[in-house]
Amino acid sequence: MAASETISTASRSEARERAAEYLIKRHRFRLRETLPWLVAIAVYFVFPERMTFGSQVLVMVMFALSLDLILGYAGIVTLGHAAFFGIGAYTVGLAAARLGWSEPISGLFAAAIAAGLVGFITGWFLLRYRGLTLLMLTLATAILLQETGNLRSDISGGYDGLPGLTFKPLFGVFDYDLYGHTYYLYVLAVLVVVFFFVRRIVYSPFGQALTGVRENVRRMHAIGSPVHGRLVTVYTIAAAIAGVAGALFTQTNAYVTLTVFDFDNSAKVMVMLILGGTGRLYGAFVGATVYMVLEDYFSKLSPTFWQFGIGLVLVLAVLFTPRGVLGLFESIGKFFPERKKP
Amino acid sequence: MSAALQVEGLNRAFGALPVTRDVNLTLERGARHALIGPNGAGKTTLVNLITGALKPNSGRVVLNGEDITNVSQAERARRGLARTFQINQLFRGLTVLENIGMCISERDGYANNLWRAVGTKRAILDEALDHLDSLRLVDDALKLVRELPYGRQRLVEIAIALAQKPRVLLLDEPAAGVPSSESHLILDVVAALDPDIAVLIIEHDMDVVFRFAKEITVLVQGAVFTHGTPDAIMNNEQVKAVYLGQEGHRGGRHG
Amino acid sequence: MPQFAIIAVSILFDGLAYAMFLFITSVGLSVTMGLMGFVNLAHGAFAMAGGYVVVSLTRTLGIGFVPSLVIAAVIVGAVSVVFERGLYRRLYKSTDLEQVLLTIGLAFMAIATATYLYGPIPKSVPLPDWLQGDVNLGFRNFPSYRAFLIVLGFALIAVLWYAFERTNIGAKIRAAVDNRRMAESVGINVDRLFTLTFAVGSGLAALGGGLAIQLFGLSPSFAVLYLVLFLIVVAVGGLGSLKGTLVAALVIGVFDTGGKYLLSDAGGFFVYAVTVAVLLVKPAGFYGRE
Repeated sequence: MAASETISTASRSEARERAAEYLIKRHRFRLRETLPWLVAIAVYFVFPERMTFGSQVLVMVMFALSLDLILGYAGIVTLGHAAFFGIGAYTVGLAAARLGWSEPISGLFAAAIAAGLVGFITGWFLLRYRGLTLLMLTLATAILLQETGNLRSDISGGYDGLPGLTFKPLFGVFDYDLYGHTYYLYVLAVLVVVFFFVRRIVYSPFGQALTGVRENVRRMHAIGSPVHGRLVTVYTIAAAIAGVAGALFTQTNAYVTLTVFDFDNSAKVMVMLILGGTGRLYGAFVGATVYMVLEDYFSKLSPTFWQFGIGLVLVLAVLFTPRGVLGLFESIGKFFPERKKP
Repeated sequence: MSAALQVEGLNRAFGALPVTRDVNLTLERGARHALIGPNGAGKTTLVNLITGALKPNSGRVVLNGEDITNVSQAERARRGLARTFQINQLFRGLTVLENIGMCISERDGYANNLWRAVGTKRAILDEALDHLDSLRLVDDALKLVRELPYGRQRLVEIAIALAQKPRVLLLDEPAAGVPSSESHLILDVVAALDPDIAVLIIEHDMDVVFRFAKEITVLVQGAVFTHGTPDAIMNNEQVKAVYLGQEGHRGGRHG
Repeated sequence: MPQFAIIAVSILFDGLAYAMFLFITSVGLSVTMGLMGFVNLAHGAFAMAGGYVVVSLTRTLGIGFVPSLVIAAVIVGAVSVVFERGLYRRLYKSTDLEQVLLTIGLAFMAIATATYLYGPIPKSVPLPDWLQGDVNLGFRNFPSYRAFLIVLGFALIAVLWYAFERTNIGAKIRAAVDNRRMAESVGINVDRLFTLTFAVGSGLAALGGGLAIQLFGLSPSFAVLYLVLFLIVVAVGGLGSLKGTLVAALVIGVFDTGGKYLLSDAGGFFVYAVTVAVLLVKPAGFYGRE
């Protein structure tokens, strides 16, 4: 009796250590995670003449990252995410054009709060639904916002946009230069901060609960999880981040029109995310970058060709690589076993 | 001292089809109560009504003296009502450890935390391992649920329900779909449940029922046909007539 | 006649014509989504294709407008079967998202092809004499084309209603929409039924696309622009319901026309406001199943 007890205790603490190690290992910062950031910094030095474009790519990465929270982690499919991007963009735009408020950093906070607020209210009502109903409700919400802007195009500038936006220098020192150098680093810095928060959320118990909702919502209800509250929370956070992306968009372009609310925008960011791989944190990086670079190249060649190409890629992706580029890498990676046996 | 669970006059119809008809049921603390009946009798529907997955047309559900008829499913779970599903409802893409850990996090409110990383709270890890240990699942702790054989997955299903530290536990055919070579695992677990928990078990296998239950309710076409002690039920001619295959009480397992 | 009554009648007339267009084009989408749960965002592309086929037939081959409509419907209906069998069939068990992405991809490819073949400038179509000009209904003149659209719409509604409610096939479709597994267990070949409804639905969409040319002009972006409206009609009406599609088409058609009449540019508002209002209260649409 005594002998078997000691054996089981020994293997028990061993089991506990192994389990703890497994869980902790997953959220520890891995070396290969520095790769996208190194690339982003390298671009600054290698392509100094493409800084404006670079900023746009980073903005889209942030936008796609915000969508990943709701689509990739919580499993909610919407067609109106551009609404929050637009709210952020217009918060900054209107503040600058109509209120004369052009300090960049405070603009970001205002955009986050405005977009987050709208996200909270719409999410609270809409996230009770799923499927086609939710798709249409979110789509209609985005269009309603767009139409409201159109109604008062005297304020919003309509589809022609808000004219002549200027922004104060960052921290009163760094000014927007013609080639957008400073702004690239500014957007990159904001992306680092945002990403840090998103990463923490994804690896937290809350993030785990989101995965639970995505994997088996029935089970979540049965174990007492307040599913609706969780979804509204993540939707609000994602909306705020999308708002920040929109704000940066306006700031780096010094221009904004109602087309930011277009369904096109919502569809584009979804395609980017799917291509990169949902629920993978870095899928947004890969997808947005690849999409923007390809679009930049091909649509200059021939917009029709680009449209056909992206359509074809989508069809092929769904048929053959449903988990995106990163999913593909993972599958390839399985050929090189580097895991220790648990 | 109020009963752990009380169901009073529960009624539910789907359109013109009544599926639950004026059902009364009481579970005392520490109850070992079996719910039996032919296929289509509405046993799972009744469990769904009790847990709140389905809303009744009329009637009451009382948990530990509190009327929970209008309380949400999740809130009932938080108040100590746990269930297993007839077909496993697990987080198949996650490890066994995470399945249990998530349940404990929800129970303790830790799942509201957006900042700390999963796995850093040792208390949860320890408790999860304790649960796994009592069900002999520790060796499978780091395996993905979908990689486990069905019988062991069924154990995880029960482990999740137990991790909620429930006061009332509803088991919907816990051994269903489990190959007979493995079913003893399930049955041992069921037999070893904490005597304080009130347990309602839906089961087809009469062996299990008579071994485990102290009280039996027979459900036929949504209504309580009869209820009583195992002896009384076993000798009830009408029950034998109504319940197909009552003669072959060994091994006859319905889907 | 009092001013407001004139406006009201105009709105109703134009709204009705618009509603007929919406109904004809969307009914196929509603039934196929209700039957198979398949989210087909390429439906607008089928409508667009029908329109361009009509353009080619009338302009290049000199075939009359009405015969072209029929031919286009048949051609697109037949081609859609190839898509259904070859491609869509693989995704019936896939997630909503995958179906959305695949069909959006197809729509993009279709739009690009149309742009390549026909160019981005909106096309028009030559109409026979009897469809041009006005028809006099006593107190006012109305455009003959719109009157034609309304009459055609009613005719199709009658035909479809008869097919749905009074024929064997219609009964099978209704049963399968109601409860697919039960229908299959009774021996109904749901797969074949679906191919049939999909073909008819796509054919009707093509017809709608052809009819739309005179109303809105036809350009490649038609496929996506009007898709939103079709989806709204389907969602608001309820999946798989003929009656629902009709009611929704009427509501949307009249509200959109009225809104644009009374508030010109900003009138587009109303359609989306109505959509949100209806879906919040009846998430499955007017006649949808939960």
